[in-house]
Order: sequence, then C-alpha cells, then structure tokens
Amino acid sequence: MELNALVSKFQQKDGKAFESLYDMYSESMHGVIYNIVRDHDIAQEVMQDVFLKAWHNADSYSSKKGRFFTWLLNIARNAAIDKTRSKDFKNARKNLDSEFFVDILETEENYSRATDGIGIKSFVNKLAAKCTEIIDLLYFKGFTQKEASKTLKIPIGTIKTRNRNCINELRQMLGV
Amino acid sequence: MDINEYIASGILELYVAGALSEKENEEVHNMMLQYPEVHEEVLKIESSIVSLTAAASPSDSKQFFPSIKSKLHLQDETSKVIPIKRSRSSWITYSGWAAALIAGIALIYTVNELDNLKEEIQVVETNNDILEEQIEKANSDLAEVKNLVAILRDKNIITVPLQGQQINPEAYAKVYWNRKDDNIYLDAQGLPEPPRGKVYQVWSLKMSPLTPTSLGTLDDFSTDDNKIFRIANPNDSEAFGITLEPAGGSETPTMEQLFTIGVVAAAS
Repeated sequence: MELNALVSKFQQKDGKAFESLYDMYSESMHGVIYNIVRDHDIAQEVMQDVFLKAWHNADSYSSKKGRFFTWLLNIARNAAIDKTRSKDFKNARKNLDSEFFVDILETEENYSRATDGIGIKSFVNKLAAKCTEIIDLLYFKGFTQKEASKTLKIPIGTIKTRNRNCINELRQMLGV
Repeated sequence: MDINEYIASGILELYVAGALSEKENEEVHNMMLQYPEVHEEVLKIESSIVSLTAAASPSDSKQFFPSIKSKLHLQDETSKVIPIKRSRSSWITYSGWAAALIAGIALIYTVNELDNLKEEIQVVETNNDILEEQIEKANSDLAEVKNLVAILRDKNIITVPLQGQQINPEAYAKVYWNRKDDNIYLDAQGLPEPPRGKVYQVWSLKMSPLTPTSLGTLDDFSTDDNKIFRIANPNDSEAFGITLEPAGGSETPTMEQLFTIGVVAAAS
C-alpha cells in the first residue's frame, strides 16, 4: 500500500496499518533509541512509549510538516533523551556527545538480522569519521544545524554541504 | 528555480533529519508535490537513513509489538460473571455472592479507569510539550520580527534598492542604511542560493573614481532564515553592490559576477 494511504489509515486508528508502519520503521527507531540510552531494557521501554505516543498523537501528524519517518524519528529521539534525563536513568557512562552510532555497529553482535544482507556494517566503517560524526548528530541525536556546528566546531554553512556529501557517499555504498 | 541546484543544496537531507524550520518543511513539501525528481530524491535519502539507523538496532524489535498492541486494547472486557449455584439457596449465600460480585466488578472497573486516566494524562502531557515548543518558537520568531520592524522604521534609515544585473536579471536586494549608527541591513531574499564553494560578497562603492570597499561576505547565507544581514558600514558609500566570489571572499570585486547594484539616492 502507498505510504500516504497507510498513514491516513493509521490516523483513523487502523491496527493493521499501525502494524505495517511498525514493521517499516521499528528497527530504525530501535537503533536511534538504543544509540542514545545504551541499555537493552530501557531501549525496549522507550520503544513502547514511542509507539504508544505515536498512536495517541497520530492526529498531530500532517505530511505538510514533514515525512512520517521524520515525525516518528522526532518522537523517538525526544523520548530517549527525556529518558536519559529522568531520575531512574542512573548510568554515569551516558554522554550524548561522545558516543557515536558507529561503535554499536562495531561492538554489537546481534544487530544484523534484517540488515545483514546489505552488509551495512562494512560500508559504514568506510565512511570518513567526519561523516559518521555529522550523521550521528543530525539523524541519531536530532541536533539542529547550529548545535551541530557548535559541537563539531565547523561553520554552520559547512554542515549542510558536508552532510549532503556524506549522505551521497552512504547512498552510493547502499546503491540507493 | 534550478531543480538540480535545489537538490544539491543539501536541504532535502536536512528535511529528512527534521532539522528544518516549520516554514522550510512546508516549502520542501510543496517542491516535492511540484517536482517528481525532488520527491524521488527525498525517498532515496530517507531509505538510506532508514537502513542506516536500523543497522544500529541491537535486537529484533518486532518482538515488542505484541505488548504494544495489548497496551492499546486496555478497554477489552476482562470481567467474567461467575455463575451462582442454585442448590445453596439461602438468601445469605445469595447476598454474599452478590456483594462479592459487585465489589469485584467495581474493583476491576476502578483499576481500568485508573489505567485509562494514566494513559490520558500521558497524552495530554505530550500535547502540552508539543504546544510549549510551538509557543516558544513563535515567541522568538515574533521578537525577531519586531526587532527588525523597529530597525526599519528608524527615521535615519535610507533605503537603497539593488537591481539585478546581466548575470541574473531576476536577482534583487535591498539595503537599509542607518547613517547614525553606521550599520546597513541587507535584505538578500531575492538572491539565488550560491553554488558550492562560492559566497556573496558585499561592497560599498565610491563612484568617481570607482573605488570598492569590501563590507564582508555572507557566509551564513544558506542557513539564515530571514536573509536579512546586519553589516557595519563606516564608509561614506555612494552605491552598494553584491558579487559572487570564491569562498573566503576576494580583495576586489569580480565584475563579471556582479549580481546586484544600487546607487544611494540623496546622500545628505
């Protein structure tokens, strides 16, 4: 089914449509959330929160405001970051700026069921460090251009073009 | 607008990241409706990001769905009526069972209601967060606009329209010059996005003989939302010009790349 149709069915509280969207995006959200919280159980908890929130706030989505994926991504990043600020999150190791998604690909052994075919791990290792940094901040952490420019200490105008080049590299590797 | 340039600007990548303002999101959305190649590009960017982020997933997330689903069906009827045996037919037994049943049903109902209320509170809290964010954004936008209006209304302001030149007759810009505080406010909304590695440079000009003085480059042109730039100008300018220069700017203006120019009307 076309994405738009699926999303509008979801907005009318259609459980099947919800499940299809979940199948499409849950791995991605799980990756983003886990990258922020770095704990399996907490990631699972946040996953539940995120998809419950998405269900209850389905009305607030409109294609004018952006992609459905991006909308979900926003909810996921915010929920995960909120979690790291909550009282029950007691892990001193958590430092959002210093951990990039790349080390999950390097250390986790079981990440790769669905994605193994693409061999994304070996691709990502080929991406330049400056690329994984910027992709991590913009997509996994939801930084604005300004915040990314401050963190990476590069001019704000460079963020947009560098990110474009990096995503192009990624796309070439994935053949997209 | 040159669609390839638009695609190459990197705005679509930021769109998928969710790093654009509400207004920019709407613009991209309209471009997608208008140009199939923009739509196509966004889908490809999104698909690469979906794959990449999914690769960081530490375990099979499909296994979480059943519990999410069951949480959403909290209202399912869970109370079963216990049949009362007729054989023990004393009214005390009956009333005892009835009381227990009523208490049981009431308890289940209360627990359900509590869960529903908790769920509702969460929904309302999320909505509140979203609204607060919007209000904050609107307030800061408003403050910025008010500030601009106050600047432009100042009686010391001289307006200098800059006309498009051969290279791009469509281009235009406006300079608002406050001679009291030696600042110009350059409205560069009418200039196209500069190509990669290039930057707009602003010049103050004296006419005879023609002497250009650089006022600096618009390094954050692409990222500035309202495209209005405040630039210090201590010069006794007779005209203003904008040229496209290699990143970092040039010593003297490249006249073939002169985008707009305008003469100060009545220098008082």
